[in-house]
Amino acid sequence: MFLVFPALWVLYLGLTNYRLTGVAAADPQIVGVDNFLTALGNPRFWNSTWLTVEFVAGSAVIGQAVLGFAIAWMLRDRRGPLRRIVEGIVILAWILPSAVVAFLWVALLDPGDGTLNAVLGLTDFAWLLDHPMLSVIVFNIWRGTAFSMMLYAAALGNVPPSHLESARLAGASGWQQLRDVVFPHIRGHVLTNLLLISLWTFNDFSPFMLTAGGPDGKSEVLAVHVYNEAVRNGSLGYGAAISTIILLINLVVAVFYLRLLRSKR
Amino acid sequence: MTRFVLGRIGFSTLIAVLLAFFTLPLLWLASAPLTSDPTYKVSVPDFTWENFQTILEHPYALPSLYNSLVLSVGTALVVVLLAALAAYALSRVHLPGRDVLLYVLLLLSSIITGTAAMVPLFQLAVDLQLIDSQFGLILILSGGLLPAAIFMLKDFMDATPKSYEESARVFGATPLQIVRHVVVPLVRPGLATIAVWSVANVWGNFLMPFLLLRDVEKQPAAVIMYTLYTEGGQANLRLLSTFGLLYSVPVVVMYLIVSKKYGFRFHGGIKR
Amino acid sequence: MGVRKRSLGFTAVLAASGLALAACGQSSGGGGDAIELTIAQNAIAGGKNAAAAEFIDKWLIPKFEEAQKAKGKNVTVKFVPSGVDDEQYKTKLSLDLKSGKGADVIDIDGIWAGEFAQAGYIKPLSELVGPEADSWDGWQQIPEAVQGMATYEGKKYALPVGTDGRVLYFNKPVFAKAGLPADWQPKSWQEVLDAGAKLKAAGVPVPIQINAGTAMGEATSMQGVLPLLAGAGGEVQKDGKWTGASQPLKDVLGLYQKIYGGGLGDPRLQQDAKGRDKSFQRFAEGEVGILMEGDYFWRGVVNPKDGIAKMDDRDQNVGYALIPAMEPGKGIRGQDFVSMSGGALRTVNPHSKHPKEAFELLAFTLSPEALKEEAKNGSVRVTPRTDVNKELLAGDPLLTFISEKVLPLTAYRPPVAVYPQVSVALQEATSAVVGGTTPDQAAADYQKKLEGIVGGAGNIAS
Repeated sequence: MFLVFPALWVLYLGLTNYRLTGVAAADPQIVGVDNFLTALGNPRFWNSTWLTVEFVAGSAVIGQAVLGFAIAWMLRDRRGPLRRIVEGIVILAWILPSAVVAFLWVALLDPGDGTLNAVLGLTDFAWLLDHPMLSVIVFNIWRGTAFSMMLYAAALGNVPPSHLESARLAGASGWQQLRDVVFPHIRGHVLTNLLLISLWTFNDFSPFMLTAGGPDGKSEVLAVHVYNEAVRNGSLGYGAAISTIILLINLVVAVFYLRLLRSKR
Repeated sequence: MTRFVLGRIGFSTLIAVLLAFFTLPLLWLASAPLTSDPTYKVSVPDFTWENFQTILEHPYALPSLYNSLVLSVGTALVVVLLAALAAYALSRVHLPGRDVLLYVLLLLSSIITGTAAMVPLFQLAVDLQLIDSQFGLILILSGGLLPAAIFMLKDFMDATPKSYEESARVFGATPLQIVRHVVVPLVRPGLATIAVWSVANVWGNFLMPFLLLRDVEKQPAAVIMYTLYTEGGQANLRLLSTFGLLYSVPVVVMYLIVSKKYGFRFHGGIKR
Repeated sequence: MGVRKRSLGFTAVLAASGLALAACGQSSGGGGDAIELTIAQNAIAGGKNAAAAEFIDKWLIPKFEEAQKAKGKNVTVKFVPSGVDDEQYKTKLSLDLKSGKGADVIDIDGIWAGEFAQAGYIKPLSELVGPEADSWDGWQQIPEAVQGMATYEGKKYALPVGTDGRVLYFNKPVFAKAGLPADWQPKSWQEVLDAGAKLKAAGVPVPIQINAGTAMGEATSMQGVLPLLAGAGGEVQKDGKWTGASQPLKDVLGLYQKIYGGGLGDPRLQQDAKGRDKSFQRFAEGEVGILMEGDYFWRGVVNPKDGIAKMDDRDQNVGYALIPAMEPGKGIRGQDFVSMSGGALRTVNPHSKHPKEAFELLAFTLSPEALKEEAKNGSVRVTPRTDVNKELLAGDPLLTFISEKVLPLTAYRPPVAVYPQVSVALQEATSAVVGGTTPDQAAADYQKKLEGIVGGAGNIAS
């Protein structure tokens, strides 16, 4: 009820010229696929789509999933304070409120006073201006790795130690162990993980708080594009249409993952 | 032997780099609130309590933390309860097209947590007279979180052995009793994880509470955080950093308690 | 149209729920004729515009209730604080007004008047309240141009709450270092550029800061393109036609090119999401020579008492000058100097159940005594009323300057619904020029975007 109904409503709004204010707010018209055509003809939209692909691939699929797995793998046999501290700090980055986190990163990356430049000995290196996407991607890795880490830590716990042992005795290298023994066991978890983090990252709005999509749209991922259109610009119909497009992209991605990981069974 | 030493060194370096990467951004939160005139620079604070004093005197700061608590705990309860039941049902009952249904719900949930859904959700709240009601807000927030929660928990339930339940059933336990006494204890760390995940999500949510609550006395900390600016939209770092710290503490404390008490992982409960 | 039908349905439901709310609200006691009013502003105690919030709570509401009681009416007023970003405030307010909710007395930005009126979110006051709205005694004290802000298609939709004006600020010690006078008043753009060159030669890192780019949002339009456009004799919209790639616009973009291409400004600052804050900070630190800003800069930024980039010696060290036209006499209406103004409006919610009392409250907030009282806690600003301004601003040199020298020559933005989109297109044009595009090309691109926004080339003056 609180899910399906509003979601369908968004799909419907995508077909109207509804706006927050003005004539189109009082009397919105059905404009069919006009919004979609506008979007497809808008270089800004394509720019955003491409950036989003970079964002998802870079921060979620490569960053969070790989780093999360790496941490889980390194700590798999450890108990005690080291593991608790590492996990605790990674999880801390995940649970802090995003408004606070945004300030932390602005402070970290500030060209004049930022901690990062102080550590690296750089002066006036403007991360958010010169490398906005890189900054946003690294930020999201920092923010979201905890989820993948926890998931993989749990998954690795389910790999029977005896299998690993026999592989090692058979002379398999670390990489071979991973590929032949570990991966088949955690395939389902990899699927869940990639699916969820890709979905979340696609819809992630937090880059807005670091760069507001700028400079000049160079970090305007789709979720930020929707915000800029729907809230700043008041084009709610158009914003809803873009949301629908995001939904379709998500659908394609989900089907892709499912095919990829199921077919190998 | 050298290989082993090198391995140790490599491992330690990696861990150190990781820790540095995850800790570095946090430094500001530790130093700025204690500094009397903070900038974005992390510096050794002059240990002033003045900023905390100001926040304590702020008319809405502390109540807003309480509101955040109400909203997030309420949402977490709804999400955990419904997600557990739904996930259990989906995991045990074989409905045709059940996976597809779950994927569709998951995709839809991504759309309604986005900005574009604010109008439908607002109108829905107006329609059901849930404007300015924390309860209504809890329901709406839960709607967005449920599919992902069900998705995660179902994985969990799939991994628990059915043999326990079968033996309970043999002894004549009703399905609800089975869930309560057999399934819940088995998946408790998972439930705890979902709960913390929900709380963290709601704790940071600004747009929905802002739009749906009228009375500023009901607004959560996320909204109050956004008011600590000047007329021209410039940040008041003194208040923001201090309030940011106070605002973060409850989630961290909650995480510590939960992880101590229930364990905090996805599947660790069962050793095979 | 489906949306439309729904919202009509909601209104009925709402009327009922509104009643229920009123009944369980404050202790209305036994008095059946008790009237409850709410007043909303984008202000909150302890946060944004805190002084305004305190004033309403501590002075305005008690006084108003008292005055009503003296008239034998039992009126209680509740303040609904907000204190967020203007865009978010606007979003919430629009959603509220659309579904028949919201406070009885509301504040909106002057520039929203057109779009809100078109959407039916606000109604002409005379329709809503009756003839007393047009015969309000305050109107005689409000200058024509300021009244224009509250007028849409010839009807008054609100009362103006205040206005402002833009000037060129400069840092006197920095000027002295570059051998420039402390009573600097440029008469043409060239003189501004010349001063910039001298500042640059004296080693000032940012000689001139005139906002550009999209990161600064509306601040780029109001403290950048629009005053310059006025100085080149152009207007974004004139007699219902929009200005496309006209000569004045090309002149404006040409000036941007000279500033940012010639090393007189810092192009990076314009791209930074926090660039405006930083430009303020740097001005206070003596790194910026000339800065175009509104009176907010004086009141809220470099204010030695509670500014966000305090300058303890503001009154001695911060100079200000009128914004010159491109050349003397080349500004709009043949002026030598120009400015732009905005301001807030306050109006009655069309869904208010007590529009008459709400208007009384509204008028009371703009009575001389209320305006004077509001200024007492240090937040002096330019009020819409000339009678009050004379007395109130006497203690503040800049605000007097604005009220006496700037307001007579200022201009206002077109209060129409598409303006915000046009404004964004202008910001994008400046951004392109700062990034290296030629002014002609940027102007042509602007014209193309404009056609899309305003519905074809037919609405653009050729």
